[in-house]
Amino acid sequence: MEITVTINGSDHASDVEPRTLLVDHIRRTVGLTGTHVGCDTTSCGACTVLMDGKPVKACTVLAAQADGSEVTTVEGLKTADGLHPVQQAFTDDHGLQCGFCTPGMMLVGASLIAENADPSDDEVRWAISGNLCRCTGYINIVKAIRTAAARVAESSNGS
Amino acid sequence: MAAPTTPAEIGGIGHSVQRKEDARLIEGQGNFLDDIDLPSTLHMAILRSPLAHARINGIDSSAATALDGVLAVVTGDLMDQHGLAWMPTLSGDTQAVLATDKVRYQGQEVAAVIATDPYIATDALEHIEVDYEELPPITTPQQSLEEGAALIRDEKEGQTDNLAYTWETGDQGATEEAFAQADRVVTLETHYPRSHPAPLETCGIVADVNSVTGQATIYMTSQAPHAHRTLFAMVAGLPEQNIRIVSPDIGGGFGNKVPIYPGYVVATAASLLIGQPVKWVESRTENLISTGFARDYYMKGELAVTDEGRILGLRVNMLSDQGAFYSDAQPTQFRAGLFHVVTGSYDFGAAHIDCKGAFTNKAPGGVAYRCSFRITEASYLIERLVQNAAYEVGIDPAEMRLRNFIQPEQFPYETATGFVYDSGDYPTALRTALDEVGYEDLRREQAEARAEGRLIGIGIAHFTEAVGAGPSRTYDIAGLKMIDSAELRVHPTGKAILKLGVKTQGQGHETTFAQIVAEVLGIPANDIKVEHGDTDHTPYGLGTYASRSTPVGGAATAVVARKLADKSKKIAAHLLEAADEDIELASGVFSVAGSPDRSVTIQDVALAAYTNLPEGMEYGLEDVTYYDPPNLTYPYGSYIVVVEVDPDTGVWQVQRMVALDDCGVRINPMIVEGQICGGLTEGFAMSAMQWITFDDDGNCIGANFMDYLVPTAWETPRFELLATEVPSPHHPIGAKGVGESATVGSPAAFVNAVIDALAHLGVRNIDMPVLPDRVWAAIDEAS
Ligand code: FES
Ligand code: FES
Repeated sequence: MEITVTINGSDHASDVEPRTLLVDHIRRTVGLTGTHVGCDTTSCGACTVLMDGKPVKACTVLAAQADGSEVTTVEGLKTADGLHPVQQAFTDDHGLQCGFCTPGMMLVGASLIAENADPSDDEVRWAISGNLCRCTGYINIVKAIRTAAARVAESSNGS
Repeated sequence: MAAPTTPAEIGGIGHSVQRKEDARLIEGQGNFLDDIDLPSTLHMAILRSPLAHARINGIDSSAATALDGVLAVVTGDLMDQHGLAWMPTLSGDTQAVLATDKVRYQGQEVAAVIATDPYIATDALEHIEVDYEELPPITTPQQSLEEGAALIRDEKEGQTDNLAYTWETGDQGATEEAFAQADRVVTLETHYPRSHPAPLETCGIVADVNSVTGQATIYMTSQAPHAHRTLFAMVAGLPEQNIRIVSPDIGGGFGNKVPIYPGYVVATAASLLIGQPVKWVESRTENLISTGFARDYYMKGELAVTDEGRILGLRVNMLSDQGAFYSDAQPTQFRAGLFHVVTGSYDFGAAHIDCKGAFTNKAPGGVAYRCSFRITEASYLIERLVQNAAYEVGIDPAEMRLRNFIQPEQFPYETATGFVYDSGDYPTALRTALDEVGYEDLRREQAEARAEGRLIGIGIAHFTEAVGAGPSRTYDIAGLKMIDSAELRVHPTGKAILKLGVKTQGQGHETTFAQIVAEVLGIPANDIKVEHGDTDHTPYGLGTYASRSTPVGGAATAVVARKLADKSKKIAAHLLEAADEDIELASGVFSVAGSPDRSVTIQDVALAAYTNLPEGMEYGLEDVTYYDPPNLTYPYGSYIVVVEVDPDTGVWQVQRMVALDDCGVRINPMIVEGQICGGLTEGFAMSAMQWITFDDDGNCIGANFMDYLVPTAWETPRFELLATEVPSPHHPIGAKGVGESATVGSPAAFVNAVIDALAHLGVRNIDMPVLPDRVWAAIDEAS
């Protein structure tokens, strides 16, 4: 079937099998491999992307369901102004080790701070509780998301 | 902590340098196995046994082969024609690649489909008919060793029962004497349950064998690419110069990516036969049911103690559940890994350990899950025993440890099992952690809470690990000595490339190993590129597991940098027209002793190495070192956990977790602390929720992340980290391994905390994972 998905601002029109998962579409058809696969049961969140601004697990969405929507993947976080604040904070606060969970974690973090300018430790933990990390013990991920929130708040207060 | 000796711009040892690997990973530009997309790649899916034990009477793959897009169905018979139906394991056993005679566990590889598309390959599995004749499954090692139990390994010549191995260490006579002198014997029987490393990225391979040139380029999620190259050469008979293993970015390993799995062999054989690249990436279920389980030890420990709380001796009997094949990834001479460290951090003269392993109808594995070969089980047992001994003798568990610690002046200390601990100051470590947690106040609060019917528990674990395998006289894997290497090239502009035999899976080698060079030569860490994982472009080494990268590969890096420092000094002397022995090097500046204004930089020297040399010196500034460690390193730590247990539900919550680690010199404190937090989380996971079980038919429970529970951010406790720093006396920069310490040390602390909350009721054991229903049952039984 014919679908058009806007990914990171560009339209991608393709003919896909109806059963194609969005994550496979993004990785294999569009060729953006920053979105990862870590499980078969919608448990790990490595495949998280933003669909119309909301985090979704792309392993549990059909490409066909994304027809007509705007998808942001990790490759779309950076803008002409540079790294997204969550990207910068993840490296500053050592929020990643192997980096496999990182794209999903950062996208959840980005969507959280877009809605909640000053999330508490518990609010961040709750927001990322659908995303597993096997390396970090989460402490620095939580810290990084809160750092990013604080920096965004600071720069918007300043402007 | 010692202060760094280099300025921040150079970023030598002790600086929390920001990680170099992050730049690509935060932009989605990492290159993980499944991201590799070669032209004409075919995709493989594996048909796995639904049964735990069955004879295969026939396989009909004709319908699958006939499907559009399917190129081949590989069966055991086909593999057998090429002599590849079986392969050797790392523990001297053999393992089926694709089953020919029987399936011996649920999830065992039976056939593989090669197709143009991964969806088609998976579809085709449904069309393969296997005629199974069910056999009774054996699901526990106890059943397995019973008289008359069905023989699991009937194909194995000379195998008449289900015994996989036996192993013994220590001095039985001396131990019996110690027990004869004891006032009491404290016994603990417990099971360290089957677990799985479950890195977030599963295992996978892209095998690209060129049928014309014979060149085999094999991309795989490998923690040990060089060893894998040699094993591929030995097993598949491929000429080693034609094999190139490339281990790309790895999404966590934790031991799961050490062994060679059947899927790798089948994909490589298929690529060889078809002449196109073949990709296989495990699903999570495949990962959990078939590759790399860990632990599964039934342990009985007995401690001989005096009424004053002195430990006199230790006796351990163990039975390990090996699954269908004995494939522990461990050094050849060690049947139960380095379980020897079960004597822990304590000074006593006698120990005896007797161990058996049994085959069962379960997946093989026995990988060292974030552990230096069975050290996790050993450390858990002794720390649980010592805690229980304190209750029996009637002294405080902290005091019990302080009375028995090996003292700082006793190092190097030879244990009753013959390991020589290199360095440590255990009393200071424990006292520091006790002060931080406010131990005495906590004990008072605990007593007050008890009076109100609330259950507070304080658990301690003081572990000692043995990491950095290992000295060539004792340590080899498949005959390959467990040395490791570093090659350093300094280019004319003073920038460098460091090539390693070890391979990161998230540990940050690209940063920390550059820091070692920065420390020695003064080249800024950011000017040093670190290459690893590609066997055509790096020197030989045994890989990254068992916390061996820093102890062995890090030592090689320091030694090779020092070799170049020596040559650089000679070049500097030539440039400064001074005597070689008058040249001093600090933070990249070579100066003449006594006249510090006469100096050149490492960058000047690097250029001179290619342009302006003293008479008779060879051009260039590069070298390679293979490091054979004189001993293991022995990191240790004191962990204290405070929990509150709900007496009505058995649910326990961690209130505090104070973790003091001493891993010697810390190259990058930020990275060390990051690894400790990750390890503590995995230790918490094993104590609280993470295990794999089987029903009586041998069905694996724990085959996905809905049944195999790994902690999310929500359940994970907060940690308070502390450090002391007693350097390793034999390591070139005084460092010890650290990546696994927290996983090894923390389970006992968590479990001891729950037991401590219930100790006054007489509770002395709850097996891991300490699930609320088990806690509730223990309370119920005690009261
Ligand atoms: S791959 Fe989508 S949730 Fe795990
Ligand atoms: S950094 Fe490895 S899984 Fe999160």
